[in-house]
Amino acid sequence: MVCLKRVVDYNVRIRVKDDGSGVVTDGVKMSINPFDEIALEEALRIREAGQPVEVIAVSIGPDDCQQQLRTGLAMGADRAILLETDTEVEPLAAARALLKLVEREQPDLVLMGKQAIDDDNNQTGQMLAALWNRPQATFASRLEIADGRATVTREVDDGLEVISIELPAVVTADLRLNEPRYVKLPDIMKAKKKPLERQNLAALGTDMTPRLRLSKYEAPLPRQKGRMVANVDELVSALRDKGFFN
Amino acid sequence: MMTTSGMLIVAEHNGGNLNQSTARCVTCATSIAGARIDVLVLGHECSTVAAQAAALFGVHRVLTVDRPENAAPLAAVLAPQVAELAAGYGYILGPSTTFGKDLMPRVAALLGVGQISDLMAIVGPRAFQRPVYAGNVIVTVEVPEGLKIVATVRTASFKPTPDGGTAEITQARVDAALPSHTSFVELRAGGGGARPDLQTARIVFSGGRGVGSEGNFALLYALADRLGVAVGASRAAVDAGFVPNDMQIGQTGKIIAPDLYIAFGISGAIQHLTGIKDAGLIVAVNKDAEAPIFQVADVGLVADLFQIIPELEKKLG
Repeated sequence: MVCLKRVVDYNVRIRVKDDGSGVVTDGVKMSINPFDEIALEEALRIREAGQPVEVIAVSIGPDDCQQQLRTGLAMGADRAILLETDTEVEPLAAARALLKLVEREQPDLVLMGKQAIDDDNNQTGQMLAALWNRPQATFASRLEIADGRATVTREVDDGLEVISIELPAVVTADLRLNEPRYVKLPDIMKAKKKPLERQNLAALGTDMTPRLRLSKYEAPLPRQKGRMVANVDELVSALRDKGFFN
Repeated sequence: MMTTSGMLIVAEHNGGNLNQSTARCVTCATSIAGARIDVLVLGHECSTVAAQAAALFGVHRVLTVDRPENAAPLAAVLAPQVAELAAGYGYILGPSTTFGKDLMPRVAALLGVGQISDLMAIVGPRAFQRPVYAGNVIVTVEVPEGLKIVATVRTASFKPTPDGGTAEITQARVDAALPSHTSFVELRAGGGGARPDLQTARIVFSGGRGVGSEGNFALLYALADRLGVAVGASRAAVDAGFVPNDMQIGQTGKIIAPDLYIAFGISGAIQHLTGIKDAGLIVAVNKDAEAPIFQVADVGLVADLFQIIPELEKKLG
């Protein structure tokens, strides 16, 4: 099972709404969260390496998320599930909803990106693993599966950490896990025929109560542009003036 | 008796030494409210770490849970212990490092609350600011009354609290069942080698795609080693395979706040700038005069880094 979040495309220049209630998303290009795309690619590679697995793409959000799920199906997912809602879904609520699907689908592995590039929360995978009471491996840059366990290399501040986890488990993808494939036109055509199940999120009956209130969005204070120097001598004296390398 | 507004900070350490991120979390906690601050050290044979935590100014008490299962920082093992000990506290804080990012959401889920990621500024006792969209937007997050506040603290936004504390150290009792489904295999040290640690260094030199190759990074290492400074890199340089991942500075890498940051051949994508915006002095050397990094640099030099680095080595070394 792979979780795909619909987010503002990473190439879009983000603008805050004038009233501070959010960011402008009308008429803006939306895409699969790039880290989630890496997670999907990894699932496809596991299947292509000969594991007899089915790859299920899952998303939570408005009806429009079907576009991202269709892209996931075109990449190679076997089927897709959309949990439909028009309200904001916090990571804890997303984890609770995903747990319901996990209980139904009984996956061996749940893959998703380490974070979404919109809210940058980096929480949902860990929260799902906690509620499911199963292992988690975040920031994965290498994943090997054998004998009901996964050996995962994690990108941590100190270097690379390797852990061994029993399956089923949650793994969250870092940038260097793989490079996702490009979708080809025939695959897009084929994806139209693959099953995409839609379910109302509220009908799952999970607790969706918001725990946090996002009250104001604003642009960060810009750092002032400084001065240009012409050569190394001027650079060195600028550094020494500030007390460095004296 | 602990009050519900008390604060619990989960210490980050490597078994022998307390990570400086913990001292930064203490500063954040002292800025939130006048509540009591306890530090939790989960580890094995970690009395040195507990003593270091007890010496932090502003810490009331250090709780330790010393057991073999805690020898490696596995989130699945640590989270149930933190969640159990969180009972008497209104705030549970950890650093927004890979350690805290891995652990704290798992704690929050066990407690049934949300988490504030990368807490960067305090608006009020229950209102905080954090960056979203790679730092392009700052959002204010408010936590309703009655809910525990769980957060990871953006370490670069808070200075480390100084030493000078004399907190008592007590063994905490934990009844939570610990899982055996996750085991630590190994930690392979990163690219820093004997150089100063990126996240605590006073001075950081950093290279980007403009450095051109893994081999060319040797130039930057030579200059850095001569001057005793740390070396980082942009995501582009890491993705190109010039340097290991743990050298990456930016929104999805390390967030740093050195006194001096010199960027060589880094164009300055927003996600990179987010990682350095709290640096004291930002200097940029890039041959492209249009590079966005010049918009935020305090001192800029349009030049070829391959000429500049040897000259700097001569003049500063």
